[in-house]
Amino acid sequence: MTISNSTISTATAISRRSLPRRRPRRASIIGWLFTLPALIMYAAFVLIPLLLSVYYSFFKWDGIGPMTWVGMRNYITVFKVPDLIGTIFNAFRLVLWFSLFPVGLGLVIASLIHRVAPGRFGDLVRTVVFLPQVIPLVAAGIIWGWLLSLPGLVNQILRSIGLGAITRAWLGDFDWALPAVGIIGIWVLLGFCTVLLLTGISKIDPALYEAARIDGASWFDEFIHVTVPLLRQEIGVCLTVTVINALAAFDIVYVATGGGPGNSTAVPGIQIYILAFTEQQIGLASALAVMLMILVFVVILPIQRLTRETY
Amino acid sequence: MSTKRRWFSLLGVLVLFSLLLAACGAPATTAAPTATQAPVETKAPVAETSEAAPTTAPTEPPAPSVPNCGTEPVTLNAYFETGFDLPFKLAEEFSKQYPNVTWDIKQDQFTNLINSTPRLLSGDNPPDLIRLPTMVSFAKQGLLKDLDGYAAAFGWDKWPVPQLNQNRVAPDGTRGSGTLYAMGLNYSLTGIFYNKSLAAQIGMTEPPKTLAEFEDYLAKAKAAGLLPIMAWGSAKSGMGLAFPLQALMASVGPVEPINDWIFQKPGATIDTPSNLIAAQHLEQWIKNGYFPPDINAIEYTDANVRFTKGEGVFLFNGDWENWRYDKDMPGNVGFFLMPPAEEGKPPAAMSAPLTYGIAAKAKNPDCAAFFLNWVATNEKARAINVQYGGSNPGGPADLPLPPVPEGSITNQTLAAGAIIGKAGTAMDFIANATSSIFAQGWTPELQKMVAGKQDAAGLLKAVQAEYERELAEQ
Repeated sequence: MTISNSTISTATAISRRSLPRRRPRRASIIGWLFTLPALIMYAAFVLIPLLLSVYYSFFKWDGIGPMTWVGMRNYITVFKVPDLIGTIFNAFRLVLWFSLFPVGLGLVIASLIHRVAPGRFGDLVRTVVFLPQVIPLVAAGIIWGWLLSLPGLVNQILRSIGLGAITRAWLGDFDWALPAVGIIGIWVLLGFCTVLLLTGISKIDPALYEAARIDGASWFDEFIHVTVPLLRQEIGVCLTVTVINALAAFDIVYVATGGGPGNSTAVPGIQIYILAFTEQQIGLASALAVMLMILVFVVILPIQRLTRETY
Repeated sequence: MSTKRRWFSLLGVLVLFSLLLAACGAPATTAAPTATQAPVETKAPVAETSEAAPTTAPTEPPAPSVPNCGTEPVTLNAYFETGFDLPFKLAEEFSKQYPNVTWDIKQDQFTNLINSTPRLLSGDNPPDLIRLPTMVSFAKQGLLKDLDGYAAAFGWDKWPVPQLNQNRVAPDGTRGSGTLYAMGLNYSLTGIFYNKSLAAQIGMTEPPKTLAEFEDYLAKAKAAGLLPIMAWGSAKSGMGLAFPLQALMASVGPVEPINDWIFQKPGATIDTPSNLIAAQHLEQWIKNGYFPPDINAIEYTDANVRFTKGEGVFLFNGDWENWRYDKDMPGNVGFFLMPPAEEGKPPAAMSAPLTYGIAAKAKNPDCAAFFLNWVATNEKARAINVQYGGSNPGGPADLPLPPVPEGSITNQTLAAGAIIGKAGTAMDFIANATSSIFAQGWTPELQKMVAGKQDAAGLLKAVQAEYERELAEQ
């Protein structure tokens, strides 16, 4: 979806803001020339659609016929209709699953691989954890649907270990559908975080770990006092990308539950899609999209601030 | 600051703005297409002889001024629905009978068609024939060809009334009367399929005559440890409980208010006393455990597969799945119409046309209309229609129904369709009232009912509120 793409690229644009100034003028012009093709593409496919969305959000428009100016009415509708504003709360609940868990688990796995199994086994673990990134999400969504269904493998395992009482259709249960979607999210995003963080760890000066070990530091001490502080920037990138994935989620939710049951997993992305393409309410869909973008900014900017500060 | 640098930034700004303007300008300039011309005026060359059409079986020979495909090579630009063989088989046969017609067929999933149809119709290469998921908004936007001229030329307006009125849209956007904007390739019928051997286990030797009898069988099935009704209900497939709910509505109450609501007649409401009784029946069925416990996660195809494998005594579905039941449970499947609450009241059923329309700007509207007429009247086409579609091909009332293989469930659905046709109790689907009432209204609210988070009265109120919100925004 354009929402997530544009928000990701704006977020990365923010993180690359402070470039050194005062270059020779000629080099600067050549530099601009080199970036021109990319800039044009960026403008055509990100900036202009973004501005257009803002523009559309003030109109009532079915996508084909004439447009009618309605001012802020679409925004008021978003706030007034509980099913629309409710999706934003669901998005925040997804942040826990799509962002905090993958980054937290990714940190632990990366540091374990680094300390315990740097060799073959580590490579194997890394590959396995990264594999979901390679599998097409739609196929994965269908398979997860089977696994989590009532006769599916997850419930078979639960039954075989005597937990038959808690079996349920996970994706069809009002209380469990969102966590179930969250677990699919962890499965998808964990590999990305792990690999990124592992790369970060490998750049940390080994002398620091050596010094820590000489001082008698345990794996946990090392993790808290060396790994995490020095991975600040990588953690920042992981958090940024995964939080955007959660707030602007569409694909994982769409293939897993389609927003159901009863809107319990409906996120803004799903609603925007239904409003724009099923209901042909381009204006209302754009208003929700614009609010989602603002929301992403509000959440991402502090993360960027916090993780960029240096000691 | 050098002039060069300023020049570059100026250029950048200019490029940005020109792109912006180009993008902004596009939608604003696409004015809604103007009113469509009456199609009969277009005189196509008349085929001298129809030696290529040996089995044309309209009751009267076509008048010389009737639109047709001519003799020049014609390529029909068509959009069909993926997963259904019928239109492809018909297109193939049509080209056999009229060799000057070739096809350029694109296909897509129904859910994708819902989203892409407005752009296909308003685009540069508007389709001559397209499977229409909904039609009111497209008709109002002037994207669909007015078929009234063709209806007069081909005599469609003399066919049984319910066939055409679902495809009529009045100027105020209500369906059921007004200008004809589409034709049905066939007319599907919904009802209750049952597993014969499981039905025998609960002592059901013949279909129930009343709702009470039917509910008695449901209770017996539950008591016998069988799943009474297989159904689907995931948000991805759309909530299948809309089928039994609508069947219950028509069983306990009259059909007209339901159709009025679907056709968006002014002041229509789904929240009527008889619909409340219907919804209460459904709520009770849910509470009694008549549906699978995991219904909110079951996809449409999975429900059908589980039914054919023997899970569930009954299944509410339509005759478009006849081929599957014939193939996977031959001889073991039966069909009956939802019985009325009071004995003697005629049964009612959802029966929707497989709707195909012609784009307002289509290049070959005459040939497309000729095809639609041929589908309903040509003997071979009607046979293909029943064989691959399983549904009633419609057409003039006096044409005989094509023969169906002995033992096929299609015999039962066609017979049931005749009963509905005679009683005039056909309904469109309550999920088709607005373009997203299914996704935003029925599906989430019925899913809540399954989870015990919504009751019968709340369900109807919530759906009515969503209906009014969508109509207010149109």
